[in-house]
Amino acid sequence: MINKVGRDIPEEILEQTGKEVYQGYLYKDGTEYVKHGPVTKVVMDHNKSKLVDSIHDVLVKCGIKDGMTLSFHHHFREGDLVVNMVMEEIHKMGIKDLTICASSLGKAHDPLVPMIEDGTITNIQSSGVRGKIGEAISHGKLKGLATMRSHGGRVRALLTGETIVDIAFIGAPTCDDYGNCRGIGGKSDCGVLSYSVVDGNHANKVVAITDCLVPFPNFPAHIEMTRIDYVCVVDAIGQPEKIATGAAKPTTDVRKLMMADYCTKFVINAPYFKDGFSYQTGVGGASIASTNSLMKIMEERGIKMGFGVGGLTKSMCDLLDKGLVNCLLDTQDFDLDAVKNVKNARHFRISAGAYANPFNKGAFVNKLDYVILAALEVDVNFNCNVVVGSNGIITGAQGGHPDTAAGAKCTIVISPLLQGRIPAICTDVTTVTTPGETIDVVITDYGVAINPLRQDLIEAMKDVDDIPFRTIEELRDMAYEIAGEPEKVQFGDRVVGIIESRDGTIMDVVREIKPFTFSE
Amino acid sequence: MEILKPAVAGTLESSDAMVTVEPTDNGIEFELNSTVIHQYGNEIKRIVMETLDRLSVTNAKITVVDKGALNCTLKARVECAVFRANDQKENLPWGGAIR
Repeated sequence: MINKVGRDIPEEILEQTGKEVYQGYLYKDGTEYVKHGPVTKVVMDHNKSKLVDSIHDVLVKCGIKDGMTLSFHHHFREGDLVVNMVMEEIHKMGIKDLTICASSLGKAHDPLVPMIEDGTITNIQSSGVRGKIGEAISHGKLKGLATMRSHGGRVRALLTGETIVDIAFIGAPTCDDYGNCRGIGGKSDCGVLSYSVVDGNHANKVVAITDCLVPFPNFPAHIEMTRIDYVCVVDAIGQPEKIATGAAKPTTDVRKLMMADYCTKFVINAPYFKDGFSYQTGVGGASIASTNSLMKIMEERGIKMGFGVGGLTKSMCDLLDKGLVNCLLDTQDFDLDAVKNVKNARHFRISAGAYANPFNKGAFVNKLDYVILAALEVDVNFNCNVVVGSNGIITGAQGGHPDTAAGAKCTIVISPLLQGRIPAICTDVTTVTTPGETIDVVITDYGVAINPLRQDLIEAMKDVDDIPFRTIEELRDMAYEIAGEPEKVQFGDRVVGIIESRDGTIMDVVREIKPFTFSE
Repeated sequence: MEILKPAVAGTLESSDAMVTVEPTDNGIEFELNSTVIHQYGNEIKRIVMETLDRLSVTNAKITVVDKGALNCTLKARVECAVFRANDQKENLPWGGAIR
């Protein structure tokens, strides 16, 4: 069945998943549902301890068995040790047919590949995957399906009960013996535990794993003891040097600086640039450069930001330190400066649900004026791909891309016209992750295109003469002129993954990769 | 032209290609390894064959390790490898026969 972004979703996938096809970004607006509640084993006896000696024992206490769904968070990013530690123990126990529901998986989790190959793990639900897991999925090694869902979409799936987590594992930088978890302190300081909040609230069994047991009560708790079944102390839950690195040096790449310049000019000329505006940006060189150049203009004009939200970096924290933003709302810390800055009184932690869940009574993304995003590919219908690489292999994550794009009043995507030889602006993206109806502006090094759906923005920019405006088709033609028109990636028939829209419908499917063959 | 000895041109840098030619008597043997093979594999083959044809090379084993080079770069690397295989360092027909 063809969905709203023109993708053909096979009937057998609709049957297998019980899902509908994507029908527009507000299709589920106003939906009513009853939230799924977890099985709760009560603790009344004050003599009972929650401390468990080993991962093995905690798995036994939680009743680990074939077919279960296990969840993890990714705040330790490439320094995460929790997923592998738990899964290696499970592997030894010979448990099979598990579903991993992680907020994201990265290269740190390459050791899961043999467990995918031998059927220990048969389904994966994640924001995305990188490294060898992506290759394994794209080569058809996962028996079931990989479901790629946004940060907001993951919260929705747990709240609606679409995904029922049997055991959640929460790596906690500090924790007390009764399960009060905090994202700060200890050896594996990651600042926040935002992605885990929903796991604490909705998983049937919740295990806190820490390498820094602190005196009770570890308060204010980011995840409270009332949600935690067991506490397990291990030697290390993360590799600090890979959790948060020093802030990226400001880019000196003139191409990125030029795109940052176009972006800043667009932001200040759009009708939302006034005192109290809200803003989110990513970690790319051009995004950070545009935040820095925006800062200068805010200072010159005496305009302050109301709030900044999302995954944070030094450049966003600088705004807070300079008094240029009223508050920061934090779901993830990308560098050490952000981890440190979270102690600032106007730097608040929020859950992934409050940030981006489409199925609550209004998330922060809905209050965004601007979001600055990146993309691997953007097509002439403004659809974006952030998950599947040009080689057809899953190699990225949705993150908050579709959530913020849907929520913000002005969604800006920055992408160079060509990524190497690959045109980033193309006729059809390999895989749709974020629908074009939610993308307003595309900024490239060769020009800027406004989505024709946004006649108001086109009107607002009509007297702006220092941005080279083009149509999206003109940008695509320029890219094809330089690099040649690309042929499509050759895929096999089998569907190995689905790109889930934030509302739970199917945006696109990912097929098994096929070795390239010449046409003659 | 004939391929008298093995020769290499180009690098493995992004947006470049490393082209190796070796002597053979079996016509053109073409091997491609490219980061953009799905999108441009056929196009790269076409450009390489066309360039060899222009240089009147009829017997060569040619290996291209491509890192996303544009057509102009691919042509230049193939030409360079072929001239090097002939030890021709002067009187190169710039903008001439290999247009």
